[in-house]
Amino acid sequence: MSAQALHTARTLSDHLPVLIIIIPFLAAPLTVLIGSRRLAWPIAFGAALSSFVISVLLLLRVLDSGVISYAIGGWLPPIGIEYRIDAANAFVLLLVSAIGTIVLPYTIQSIKSEIPERHHTLFYTMYLLCFTGLLGVVVTGDAFNVFVFLEVSSLSTYVLVAMGAQTDKRALTAAYDYLVMGTTGATFFVIGIGFIYAATGTLNMADIALYIQVHGTNRTLETAFAFIMVGMGLKAAVYPLHLWLPNAYTYAPSAVTSFIAGTATKVAIYVLLRFMFTIFQPDFLFEMHAVRWVMMPLAILAMFAASLIAVFQSDFKRMLAYSSIAQIGYILLGIGLLSTTGLTAAIVHLFNHGITKAALFMGVGALVLRSGSSFYAKIEGMGKVMPFTSFAIVIAGLSLIGVPGTAGFISKWVLVQAAIEQGYWPLALAIVGSSLLAIIYVWRVIETLYMKQPADGWVKQEAPLTMLVPLWIMAGATVWFGIDTELTMTAARTAADGLLHGFMAGGQ
Amino acid sequence: MHHHLILRVVTKILVAPIILFALYVQFHGDFSPGGGFQAGVLMAVAFILYGIVFGLETVQAVMPAWLAHKMMAAGVMIYAGTGVVSLLLGYNFLDYGSFSPHHPSHGQHWGIFSVEFGVLITVTGVMVSIYYAFAARRPAISNEEW
Repeated sequence: MSAQALHTARTLSDHLPVLIIIIPFLAAPLTVLIGSRRLAWPIAFGAALSSFVISVLLLLRVLDSGVISYAIGGWLPPIGIEYRIDAANAFVLLLVSAIGTIVLPYTIQSIKSEIPERHHTLFYTMYLLCFTGLLGVVVTGDAFNVFVFLEVSSLSTYVLVAMGAQTDKRALTAAYDYLVMGTTGATFFVIGIGFIYAATGTLNMADIALYIQVHGTNRTLETAFAFIMVGMGLKAAVYPLHLWLPNAYTYAPSAVTSFIAGTATKVAIYVLLRFMFTIFQPDFLFEMHAVRWVMMPLAILAMFAASLIAVFQSDFKRMLAYSSIAQIGYILLGIGLLSTTGLTAAIVHLFNHGITKAALFMGVGALVLRSGSSFYAKIEGMGKVMPFTSFAIVIAGLSLIGVPGTAGFISKWVLVQAAIEQGYWPLALAIVGSSLLAIIYVWRVIETLYMKQPADGWVKQEAPLTMLVPLWIMAGATVWFGIDTELTMTAARTAADGLLHGFMAGGQ
Repeated sequence: MHHHLILRVVTKILVAPIILFALYVQFHGDFSPGGGFQAGVLMAVAFILYGIVFGLETVQAVMPAWLAHKMMAAGVMIYAGTGVVSLLLGYNFLDYGSFSPHHPSHGQHWGIFSVEFGVLITVTGVMVSIYYAFAARRPAISNEEW
């Protein structure tokens, strides 16, 4: 029994950090082994739902009692792989698992019309793997483990995007482009990790941070930082590195777009945050330069250029894709301000934009189910044909603009506050100006949906309930988090505090 | 019918030793270079060689495509399942010490053995599936289809 004392006897709740990963991870091969189209969905949903419940428990526990550490295989950090959860991870975990779970019921009807039947089982396998990968990136405290999970999620995303090929063959080239650019990003990232390992001799994030604090940085670490920024920038679709995104989002099946638009880029941004604030400290000169002279200008460029491109799109889905790139600009701007308020804005926008975009893409998917295409010309007058779907799109659209009473307003408000706090009035104006562009592109959608006549012979017919309910949960969430900001703001502020003032201090 | 007689005979002779060598690499991985990945590739080579020489139908009679697909999933289940078992025994995920609490080093052996077995199955399944995917490839998409 003495050996048992070494490996402290545990209750199930101690295993939550790893259970959130292994439940969906085990479910993925299980769907293949069982090979039943009918059972694949219940398995996937059960797994995703348990991950969601766990993420809620984890967030509550982290907000209550600080950082949770879990040593995989009983090998204590920094030697073994550590899963380390603070407010920042827990919040992103909640976002990813919530979107992953809510999108799942939506997939049933959506993939029926968009993906060939023989791929349905595989679809859920890939969905679960992507889900696992995204959660894994967030949960781990080991720099190389981030890369591994990143690849798990990316590879499955490429397959998911390519599954849109039945509707449009261009999904194949979109997936291929994404594969090439995503792999380039991952390569840059792993080169960065390699440099870090060469310079510090450790892969544990907290340990690297400690090393850098004690020894300062050197050229190798600065190079590593640059590689990681570019690599994750590609994954997060930071403005000039965004080229994979519009096609991937447009041609992927609607259910897939709803899921990855709300999660994949957000997770990449989370990794950026981790590396910028936890591992490297922002007070190092080179990082200040990188943020001030590279990240901020690109963020502002994204806010305007991508919004402007979105205005001129004639395809609803593609417009939303460009708007995503613009919204990532806001998040980067918040990060670039390097203050607690700025970071809070970035993190809360990460969450709010995630749910907003998921709702919008779900809405498009429901329209596409009926009209067969997301071109504005094809969805004219849908407000009369599918009133509930269209209204949900309007609500989420308002959140995208940042109208008071919606989630989008909260994050933009905090962002403007953060800019003014530091006396950057032009930045605050830029945020408002870019929101005006958002009004234009959202208005075009509203105009198309409500002010045009539907094509002849279309009778009022709503999307099936399995699509409407998730859509309305998401649209409802954008309103809920626009009014009740208790959870999001507390979590975001705690996360921002944790990122700025030490990952390690909270460890005890 | 009897073209490439030498190839056929040599292949028939070699398939068994290749599998045997794969198992050697697998189980001797503790003491010499090797392990599930290398063994899995070697194991797959036996099937691929058989397929190259005797044709896709012949090798798929031995290992059907569905079996290769299931193997990919089964191996992952074995790997992760090992972790779950250790978790159920009251230890951390993948803590091999749990398999033999009084002699943790024995537990490490058991754990690695089981995990590597999962890797062997998955890698074999993946390599064979890749070969099947290429060998059974349908003609490229014709221009009209785009």
